[in-house]
Amino acid sequence: MEERDAVKERGSEERGSEARGIAMPPVSPPAMKLEPPAEAEAAPAGREPTIRLRNLSFTYPGGIRALSNITLDIYPGQITVLFGPSRSGKSTLLRLLNRLSDLSPGARKSGEVLFEGRDIFAPDVDVSALRRQVSMVFAIPSPLPGSIWENLTYGLRMAGITGQEELAARVERSLRQAALWDEVQDRLHQSAFRLSGGQRQRLCLARSLALEPVVILLDNPTSGLDPLSTATVESSLQELKDEYTIVLVPHSVQQAARMADRAAFLLDGELVEVDTAARVFTAPTNRRTEDYVTGRFG
Amino acid sequence: MTRQGTQRIATAVITIVATIATIPILAVILFIVWQGLPALSPRFLFTSPSDGMTEGGILPALLGTVYLTLGTAIASIPLAIGAAIYLAEYAGQNRVTAAVRLAIANLAGIPSIVYGLFGMAMFVLFFNLGTSILAGSLTLGLMTLPVVISTAEEAILAVPAEFRTVSLSLGASKWQTIRHQVLPHALPGILTGVILGLSRAAGETAPILFTAAAFYLPALPDSISDPTMALPYHLYVISTQVPGMPLAVQYGTAFVLLLLVLSLTLVASVIRSRVRARREW
Amino acid sequence: MATRFDATTRDEARAALHREQPVIGERVIEWLIRLSGVSAIALVILIFGFLMREGIPALKDVPLAALLGSRWYPITGLYGLAPLIFGSLLVTLLAILIAVPIGLTTAIYLGEMAPPLLRHILKPMVEILAGIPSIVLGFLGWVALAPLVQRAGAPTGLTAFTGGLILAYMALPTIISIAEDAIDAVPRAYRDGALALGATDWQTTYRVVLPAARSGLVTAVMLGIGRAIGETMAVLMVTGNAANIQLDRNMFFAPVRTMTATIAAEMGEVSQGSPHYHVLFAVAIVLFIITFAINSIAARIIGATSRQRSGE
Repeated sequence: MEERDAVKERGSEERGSEARGIAMPPVSPPAMKLEPPAEAEAAPAGREPTIRLRNLSFTYPGGIRALSNITLDIYPGQITVLFGPSRSGKSTLLRLLNRLSDLSPGARKSGEVLFEGRDIFAPDVDVSALRRQVSMVFAIPSPLPGSIWENLTYGLRMAGITGQEELAARVERSLRQAALWDEVQDRLHQSAFRLSGGQRQRLCLARSLALEPVVILLDNPTSGLDPLSTATVESSLQELKDEYTIVLVPHSVQQAARMADRAAFLLDGELVEVDTAARVFTAPTNRRTEDYVTGRFG
Repeated sequence: MTRQGTQRIATAVITIVATIATIPILAVILFIVWQGLPALSPRFLFTSPSDGMTEGGILPALLGTVYLTLGTAIASIPLAIGAAIYLAEYAGQNRVTAAVRLAIANLAGIPSIVYGLFGMAMFVLFFNLGTSILAGSLTLGLMTLPVVISTAEEAILAVPAEFRTVSLSLGASKWQTIRHQVLPHALPGILTGVILGLSRAAGETAPILFTAAAFYLPALPDSISDPTMALPYHLYVISTQVPGMPLAVQYGTAFVLLLLVLSLTLVASVIRSRVRARREW
Repeated sequence: MATRFDATTRDEARAALHREQPVIGERVIEWLIRLSGVSAIALVILIFGFLMREGIPALKDVPLAALLGSRWYPITGLYGLAPLIFGSLLVTLLAILIAVPIGLTTAIYLGEMAPPLLRHILKPMVEILAGIPSIVLGFLGWVALAPLVQRAGAPTGLTAFTGGLILAYMALPTIISIAEDAIDAVPRAYRDGALALGATDWQTTYRVVLPAARSGLVTAVMLGIGRAIGETMAVLMVTGNAANIQLDRNMFFAPVRTMTATIAAEMGEVSQGSPHYHVLFAVAIVLFIITFAINSIAARIIGATSRQRSGE
């Protein structure tokens, strides 16, 4: 994997000896010229997509069409970024992937969402099991009331896992994966609300990781965070992507460019273009993609 | 008249009227305390009446009210909480839900004497429970239902939506979410509503007139199928039906009843504010 | 340690989606909850049904014309409901005449004008008033207020007016809290807009906020009426319990009898199944219908307002 250009070294979190730099976007007036990202992996040869969307459309009650005819493949071992201006359906799409869309009664969906080849909307699907395998991190860090330990083990306990040893093992592993272990290992039984914003979001990431999901969905996870916390989360995701399928809705085009291996541009509920990050951000095929990426609208 | 002038007059009038509204409340309470306090003694509170009810105390009536209040709690809480959960978590925007809400609004408006009559017809006569604590509790419980449902529903809805969304997205089922993330945090609010409902039930006379209350019983009730004395009914009878009843005793009884009801209200308020203060979110 | 949620292979992942045995316990709980919700409807029907069951026979015992007659004298077989209805209406009218001005004004004060400190004192006081048992207020009326009224010139202190006054204070908390909620619910934008145009506070309240809260205020009054009509013990103790219809200048200071007091006073002495028994249930049916109508209209007004507001 090629190093990305580093403008700033990442913060002081211990992550092992690998020093990974984060590309910070240069501040520039209107037409933003992005640094060309390193060549990201294309669809890894021979790997089956984890998630396939086929002609997916979604309409809210009242006739508001959120998604139109989306066909998209999402692959394991890389970060797929769904980006676009606000109200383009990115969050709606994400919520369909773990059927949180079920919480909007009266909305209509057509088309298919296949997870490991299986239609997740089939009647015999156990939605709870689905959500444990396709786990979501939300935009606003939302700890549940209770201790850090209770937050991390909640999903596991609801799934019937109660052995203290197993829970402890998963807690530690997920906290390490989210780069939070060192900060909280001594205070696992303190209230999760005592954590800072950045810590809370890492907690939420760890909470998802504790379930050992196949897919991690992240809806704007760093929008409320300071740059340091943002960087920490981003680097954690980079480290995790080998073992998981990660779908990320970024809060800016720059984050999209930093993080994506594969990028999908959504506009007004339509999938305009999807390709490797390198192509989408430097040589997009579609005019609208180029306009958005270069900042002509948004 | 200038606009400022109108403003001032209006403000003055309104302030005066608001005062008229609230001063009598204070006056009523203080008056009862003033007149009733002298009658209070351990004998008054802890012994039974004697000598044609003119001597002795209100213990059986006090106990009876306590039993009835407990009975009301048992009769109404499970159903009320279930209905509140239904309205807050399961009901859709459809005609059934609208009908349920209409029904609850109507239950809230039914006069207490009508509840008493219904209780007599259904529990005392039809189900043959006789005039009993049981029949009285069921009747009072029914009457308390709408109040508890409303406050419980509010308490449940006050739990932030994020808790539910996060819980579900972590793989919990709907009921698990309700049980672990909604109800525990709604419980204090529900408790407040329950206590307020119970305080109202404790002070009611009409529903127990024909379902539970007896004026004079030689012994304390043994079981829930016995009738019982009760404070509100006791006050009614000694003030209107017993000639020669010392005024102090009447005021004292009123005072104890008022104290009981108002302390329940106070407890409910204290719970509400303490919980609000200690909330983490 | 493999658990059923380790889906490290794709086959396992796929298989894990298959629904486990439906959790029986949860379905049962869900059904109990739905049942509880719907029970409210069942209860209303049940109550009405029982009232009808015991009250309809009155029509067989007593001809309808007699039921509408103006003499209520059960001992001689006269079951005219008119005096009772008259009594209820008169006392309620007095109560509303007293309570509505005071209540709405207090609600305006609490909602618009009171400084925070006073609000903190007054609101709990209104709640306390709501908590005072009706028997206690009735007792005070009987023991303290009635003698006063008598000293003021009424032949006895137990009059429609005494009842109306006590009832006013019982209906007051209902009117105040619902009216205050209605005033609170007026969107801030309305007030801000008026003030920005140079209106004084009072003008804003009078011309903008109150009209906007109109339906809520009407609801408050209606529910206050419902409360007053349904009250039993207080009126039983202070209205004199004379079933008369008097329509002259002194009618406010004459004794009356309400429907509720009649049931409370006489039910204990009737034998089950007698005409008197059935007629008392018929009175209860009338009460039920009146309060049902009031509540349904009020509920519809509330529903219409919230629909209208959210569409704005």
